[in-house]
Parts: sequence; structure tokens; C-alpha cells
Amino acid sequence: MSGIPHDHYEPKSGFEKWLHKRLPVVGLMYDTIMIPTPKNLNWWWIWGIVLAYCLVHMIVTGIILVMHYTPHVDYAFASVEHIMRDVRGGHMLRYLHMNGASLFFLAVYIHIFRGLYYGSYKAPREVTWIIGMLIFLLMMATGFMGYVLPWGQMSFWGATVITGLFGAIPFIGEPIQTWLLGGPAVDNATLNRFFSLHYLLPFVIAALVIVHIWAFHTTGNNNPTGVEVRRGSKEEAEKDTLPFWPYFVIKDLFALAVILAIFFAIVGFMPNYLGHPDNYIEANPLVTPSHIVPEWYFLPFYAILRAFTSDVWVVMFASWITGGIIDAKFFGVLAMFGAIIVMVLVPWLDTSRVRSGRFRPQFRWWFYLLIIDFVVLMWCGAMPAEPPYSTIALIGSAYWFAYFLVILPILGVIEKPTAVPATIEEDFEAHYGTKATPAE
Amino acid sequence: MLKKIVLSAATALALSAGGAMAAGDEAHVEDVAFSFEGPFGKFDENQLQRGLKVYTEVCSACHGLRYVPLRTLGDEGGPHFSEAEVRAYAERFEVFDAEIDDYRPAKPTDHFPMSGDPNAPDLSLMAKARAGFHGPAGTGLNQLFKGMGGPEYIYSLLNGYTGEEKEEAGTLFYENTAFPGGWISMAPPLFEEMVEFDDGSANSIEAMSEDVAAFLMWTAEPKMMARKQAGFVGVLMLTVLSVLLYLTNKRLWAPHKGKREA
Repeated sequence: MSGIPHDHYEPKSGFEKWLHKRLPVVGLMYDTIMIPTPKNLNWWWIWGIVLAYCLVHMIVTGIILVMHYTPHVDYAFASVEHIMRDVRGGHMLRYLHMNGASLFFLAVYIHIFRGLYYGSYKAPREVTWIIGMLIFLLMMATGFMGYVLPWGQMSFWGATVITGLFGAIPFIGEPIQTWLLGGPAVDNATLNRFFSLHYLLPFVIAALVIVHIWAFHTTGNNNPTGVEVRRGSKEEAEKDTLPFWPYFVIKDLFALAVILAIFFAIVGFMPNYLGHPDNYIEANPLVTPSHIVPEWYFLPFYAILRAFTSDVWVVMFASWITGGIIDAKFFGVLAMFGAIIVMVLVPWLDTSRVRSGRFRPQFRWWFYLLIIDFVVLMWCGAMPAEPPYSTIALIGSAYWFAYFLVILPILGVIEKPTAVPATIEEDFEAHYGTKATPAE
Repeated sequence: MLKKIVLSAATALALSAGGAMAAGDEAHVEDVAFSFEGPFGKFDENQLQRGLKVYTEVCSACHGLRYVPLRTLGDEGGPHFSEAEVRAYAERFEVFDAEIDDYRPAKPTDHFPMSGDPNAPDLSLMAKARAGFHGPAGTGLNQLFKGMGGPEYIYSLLNGYTGEEKEEAGTLFYENTAFPGGWISMAPPLFEEMVEFDDGSANSIEAMSEDVAAFLMWTAEPKMMARKQAGFVGVLMLTVLSVLLYLTNKRLWAPHKGKREA
């Protein structure tokens, strides 16, 4: 499967030969797990395994929760309390699932920003990147619909606000919103379809994860130098790589164990820290919470959504040029989805020939600023939409778009990269010394 | 333009600091050192039993606990009453039984009744449905150290009456320093020495409200102690696993990192 030359599976016993002729499944698994992996991968490369774990974790806990949950507006909230009080181990299952979503998003954000720093999105890995972005979008949809299921106040009002975004689309918005909700407002029909999709989408994600892995197994992993593995011969490739099993499996499992230890501390000692207290109040269509706030992992995009109010000049301009079709609300929706679309397009927006941020002295600072921007936007998203937060959110949103649409294209032209090592072996030995002569 | 941005950013910082302080003045929630706080904190059985008494004699007049099964009053890690005590306690409530189409005394398998007064919120989850602490600057970071502040909110609310009253649209409101907005329609529910405890424990308003806040934390999170236990075991086992994997990983990579093993 991989383009990097390496030993392939050889069936030995009679049965293996028999099976291999009919279905080369063992060979497929062998080639997948033994893929030559750049030996200089650093600790930022462990989050893929964490994400794979999260998907399994969410599906397993989720399937068991469904056995006790009732998707009906009259019973949903009470059935969650039933899980918390009466189901054996139910409180742990529920908290593991609830906080598992946070771990999942934490991991995916680190994974994405790792890709952005080391240029993992660049040729020939654009397809891996785009599939990753699709997974991210599906995760957001799944996470959002899952949050509706406990039928608390934030569930209900979050669903009302977010489906309302579709209502902002000119002309066809309202029919779309009604179609999504299954009625004029968030109600039992909404809860039922969200439940159905919340169960379905993780399996779509699982399928896309396989394609994601297939894609980067075809191109080979990126690595901190961004230098490609030499592929002239098997011997040459072996100087740059080590097989995924056991070297990277053990390394990644170590990292996963450390992360899970912290995760269990959060689940055990403060499981509601990342949640919102209002979601322990049953949904009430007649009482609107004073602040409707999404879960933390949506906050940066929520801040971008709210940043473009009708007094911002780009919004006024867009409204004027389209004869009022694009109003502030629709502009906000476009900006929110646009913030993700610019990420999808980054393989073509980044003009630099050097892949890794390690050798791009100017890029690095803009990248660090992007991370700060992301955190600031997250904070703004949790704050009421009023000055000064709205101003900060607007500056933050502007930088987000500027980074992808202006800074990356220009930087590739004007920036002078530092010296890139010739091979991965050279980089590895610079860190750890050569095999023959131990490092000083 | 740049100057404007810098200026607004600077004022933003100044204003948000001021805003956080203003919010602090508005709703005052006191940090109470409850026995169940922290990774090793436990519910105090006696305190939960006292809290139940306060709930039964005062709060239950209006407020229900609809999600709490009466049998859980006998649970370990809760008030831990004996089976007979739970059965006797349950009988003080009347529940409607569809099978006999009539009211009958409650059994341990029934839940606490719902709120008698439709305007009084159910208290089952109140201690988790409120956060007492939000700062600094709305980040919620102080919850890491103080806890979410749900029981503290209940305690502060019960102690937050200033004695001021006002009438609006025929409803009497009472000034309360912990309630968002400052005016609550619930009359001060507790008076000094209102509830007598069998063991002669303190029954000042502060003591009673602390007891009932702890009891409501239990009704909101009855499996807290089992959860902390599970969390502790999980952390411990994963720490051991981390160490083993660290050593395995180190040994595995050593030959490739210029440190050949003998």
C-alpha cells in the first residue's frame, strides 16, 4: 500500500497461503501496521492514535448509553438521570462519554495545528488533509447533535440557535430550517432525528478515518523536517524510517496512557468542569437562558459567527452590493463556514516551497499568533456579544482570515527559509547521534 | 486604523477586568469548605442526614426532588439510613398509584414527590445546575481550585437575604445578594434554630444552610464517592501503565538512538 519500499507479507503456513490467495486480509493488515515511518517523528505526532482511541471510546460508551436512553422530549432528561442514578456504572459511562467529546476535540485541534505547522497539508498530502477536514466537520455535527440529546436548557437553546443559522440563508433558509428540525421549532421530531444521526455519523467518521489512513499510507507520513523519505531502494528507505510496529505503536501508547491518566482525573474528580450548569435544567421552550453558550470546542467558530454585526464595514459593503440579500446574520454564517473552508483550501493558499515551519523563520511567528488568536476567539465566544468582546472577536476573526488568505500566500514569496537537512537520517542523527558513535 | 485596534484592545482588557469585578459585586457567592471537595473529599453522613431534615421540614413544603429515588437514602456514600428508617421516612409522602387509582403512602421504590408549588423549581439537580464561580474574566479557571460552586451558591443564597422587600405586579420580592438580579420571589426560608437536630448540632442559619447545601449536592450527584473512587483507580492504573510503557519505549528505541545496549 505504501510507496516507500519495504518487506511485504509472505504467507508461510498452508492455511495462510490458502487464505492469501482468496482474501489478502492478513497481508493488508501486515502492510498497514508495518508501514515504514520516519524515525524523527516528535511528540506532536501522537495525537492520531489518541484520536483513533477517542473514536472507539465514544462509539463503545455511546452504544451502551443508548441501551438506557429514551429519545423523547418527555423522557430524555429523566432517562439521563436514570443512567446517572440507577444504571450500574451509568454515571461513569455518561461522564466518560461527555468528557470523551472534549478529549476528542482537544486532540483534533492539536492534530490540525500540528499539520498546519509542519505543512502536512502540502503536496502530495492534500487528499489526506481534505478528508481530515471532512472528518472534523462531521465531528462538529455529531458533537452538536449529541449535546442536544440530554434535553437540558443548553441542549434546547443551542439547537435553536444553531439550526437558526440555516434560517439565515436567503430565500431557501426557512424551508431548510424547517426540514432540519422536522417542524417549525425544536421539538420531539428534532430530538429523534438528531438521535438517529448522532448514532449514524460516527460510523461515517470511522469509514473516513480508514480513507484518511489509506491516503497517508500511500504518500507516507510527513515528519518534523518536511523532508521526504528516500525511496531509491529498501536499504535507503530503512535509513530514514522504522516500522510503525513496534516503534511507534509503543511510543504512541505511552503518550495515550499519560493523556488518559489526566483524562481519568478529570472524569473522576471534576466531570462537569467543561460542561454548562444550565444543562442540568430540563429544556423549557418558555424560558431562555441569559447566556446561550455552546460547548468549549465550538467557541472560536461561534465567536467568528457573532463577530460580524451590521455595523462592520465589510458587512455593510456586502449588504449594499447584494441589495440587502446578505445581511449581518447571513454574513456571520458565511464567515463561520468560511473560517473552515479557508482551512480546507490551505494546501493551495500556502505558496512556500518549504514544507515544515521549523525552517520558516517568519512563518513561525505568524503561526504562533494564529494559536493565540484561536484561544482569544475561544474566550470571546464564551463572553456576551457586547463591547469590548465583540471588537476583540472581530479583530480575531480578521486575523484568522488574513492568516490563510493574505499572510500564507505572500509569505511563501518573500520569506527566506533556513537550511533544510538533506535527509531524515541526518536530522535524526543530529538529535540522537549516530548508531556507531554515541552522542556526547 | 492600527492605532484604533491597539486602543480598543487596551480598553478591552481594562473594561473586562472592571466588568468581572462588577459582576462579583452583583452576585456574591461565598466559598464554603465542604467535606466533599477535592479528589479525596467525602460526603459527611451525619451532615447529609441533617440536611435531609432541613429539606423535609422546610424546603419540601414547596420544592420537590423528583429524580431522587427514596431508596437511595439508604445507599452507602449517601445519608446511609437503615432499611427500616428509609421505609418509615418514605411513608410521610403520599404518591398517586395508577394501579389502584388512588393515593397511597410512598414506598422506598418511589421517588421523592415533585414540587408542590409550581413556581418552586425542583431541587434534585440544583447543586449542579448553578455555578457559583465564573472568573477570572469569565474563563472559569477558578472553578479548578474552588469547585463549580453549586452548593456554595445554595449556601450563599440562603444566607444572602438583606431584609429589603419590594412589591412588583402583585408579587413580593426579597433582596438577595447571591441571586442573579438581586431580587428573589422566595421568602427567607430559614430562621435561627428552626430545625432541631437529635444530636444537638448547631442550628444557626449558617449551619442549617451548609447542611442542606451538602444534602442537595448529594441529591444532584449521588454517585460522587463511587466516581472519585473509580477516577482514583483509573489514574493509578494508568500511571503504572505509563511508567511501564515509558520503560518499554526507552529500551525499544535505545539501539537506534546512538546508545547501543551492551
